[in-house]
Amino acid sequence: MKALCWEGVNELSVEQVPDPAILNAQDAIVKVTASTTCGSDLHLLGGYIPAMRAGDVIGHEFIGEIVDVGPEVNRHRPGDRVVVCSIIGCGRCWACRHDEWSLCENSNPTPGVTDLMWGGTTAGIFGYSHAMGGFRGSHAEYIRVPFVDYNAFTIPEGVSDLDALFASDAAPTGWMGAELGGVRPGDVVAVWGCGGVGQMAARAAMLLGAERVIAIDRYPERLAMTARHVGCEVIDYTSTDVTAELRERTGGRGPDVCVEAVGMEADSTGIQRVYDGIKQQLRLEQDRPIAVREAIHACRKGGSVFVLGVFAGFVDKFPLGALMNKGLTLRGAQQHGQRYIPKLLDRIAKGDLKTSYLATHTMTLDEGPKGYDMFKHKKDGCVRAVFRPWA
Amino acid sequence: MKRLVAGAAALAVAGLGMARWAASRGRVPAAAKDPLESSRWLGITINRPPDEVAPGGHLPEPLSRVDAEVRMNRAPGDRGTEIYARPREQRAGADGVLARLRGEDPRTGVRTALRETKSLLETGDVLRSDEEFETTRPTLPGKVLDMALGRVAEGGRL
Ligand SMILES: NC(=O)c1ccc[n+]([C@@H]2O[C@H](COP(=O)([O-])OP(=O)(O)OC[C@H]3O[C@@H](n4cnc5c(N)ncnc54)[C@H](O)[C@@H]3O)[C@@H](O)[C@H]2O)c1
Ligand SMILES: [Zn+2]
Ligand SMILES: [Zn+2]
Repeated sequence: MKALCWEGVNELSVEQVPDPAILNAQDAIVKVTASTTCGSDLHLLGGYIPAMRAGDVIGHEFIGEIVDVGPEVNRHRPGDRVVVCSIIGCGRCWACRHDEWSLCENSNPTPGVTDLMWGGTTAGIFGYSHAMGGFRGSHAEYIRVPFVDYNAFTIPEGVSDLDALFASDAAPTGWMGAELGGVRPGDVVAVWGCGGVGQMAARAAMLLGAERVIAIDRYPERLAMTARHVGCEVIDYTSTDVTAELRERTGGRGPDVCVEAVGMEADSTGIQRVYDGIKQQLRLEQDRPIAVREAIHACRKGGSVFVLGVFAGFVDKFPLGALMNKGLTLRGAQQHGQRYIPKLLDRIAKGDLKTSYLATHTMTLDEGPKGYDMFKHKKDGCVRAVFRPWA
Repeated sequence: MKRLVAGAAALAVAGLGMARWAASRGRVPAAAKDPLESSRWLGITINRPPDEVAPGGHLPEPLSRVDAEVRMNRAPGDRGTEIYARPREQRAGADGVLARLRGEDPRTGVRTALRETKSLLETGDVLRSDEEFETTRPTLPGKVLDMALGRVAEGGRL
């Protein structure tokens, strides 16, 4: 079959690879009908996530049709139209039972790597390196889905492919940031990053009752899209002092909840970008935590900061003093999608939550390398490129 | 030595073992070498009550097949059963280091048996990786990665 493969830092190509097969009795094979780029792939592409090998199939946010199931699959059948969570859960370990699916203890067949790096084993993720289980990604004609009864969700009739697609990763990730960040009715919430994830977090904060939501980015088209589709306030960080602006908009308090949806390749107009860029290149720090620092600084006393952006290792100049003295709560996680996907599909069906507008560019799988070039460099207003392998 | 091998190989794959590397550069205080490393119990928690983990006192597979001392107890709260094992044959000092280098560390087998036992009891299966279904091509960085992963993939905190 055809698949989009990682060939090296900033190198992708479409290759012929063997078809996937059922390896475990609870697996299914899914024919991928739509698969989208995600900011997390940019970290793989840029070489910031180790443990990739040339020829690895990437992609993790997808929908498709079940075409084959193993003998121990009970809840799905060939023909089901499903959205699959990007993070793989077993459904029965203590973490999955407590709805912390990205901490699953049985879905990562190469657990030693994350165990050594982070002092704990984390879940397997499709197309996300040999540290996260070595699973093949979804930018392909077919994909093997382990523990399919727990990881695939039937798409309600009336929900379009492009709406359901983002229920795989961007929408549950954003929802988790707002919910576990503790958004309550009446809160002021600030979101760093207006990519797919940040926009979904901003929308979730509104649906959870936030009184004001303010989203921050630099790209005019992303800011305009967020204002229009999410319906929140926006700040362009290239022309404004974000912390001062947030203070001025919040009676001097700062936001109650700050959601960071930027990640390890954060940008800035100031000296921080140069400082962190050099340290990252020299491997003296692995991640550029620019937006995390700003969120901690801007957050109101006693407030909470949720890190949705992906980080791999160590950061420098972490404002622990502000965190401690202002009494903040800091949390982060890879998404616990299975906890949110059914509710999100309902909201999408009801029209509460719009998602398909994120798909600014739809193309074939053959155009994968071009799609990533557009997405990475935010060309032509690209927010998400969506590949349709069978179109 | 395990520390050193893991550290060097991981550095080559850009950050895999950043913790150890940072420690070696004095940026993060290095943990003292654990004098009990080769005799410590390896522990795992299984989300099942003790009578389901070892019905009638019979050890579950594949743990029952490794040459190890095993003990277990109910885990605190609602966490199920804590199960501990350690190889009967303990290789300390230079002997232990050589065994590890040859890939014959008896602790590796016990660690794998614990993980697989847990997965079988909780899910009824042990998940296989798509790695068994290689699409990747051999390259030099790939080989270095294989070395590093080979060392750490079966290791970890457990
Ligand atoms: N936690 C999870 O499970 C999960 C899931 C999906 C994605 N992610 C992560 O979320 C992050 C965002 O993903 P995405 O798909 O939206 O990516 P994206 O690249 O489309 O969006 C990131 C946005 O952040 C903006 N940005 C950069 N520096 C900034 C700064 N200093 N302040 C404010 N905005 C800044 C960029 O301009 C860009 O618009 C990534 O790190 C991704 O890896 C996490
Ligand atoms: Zn993602
Ligand atoms: Zn699990």
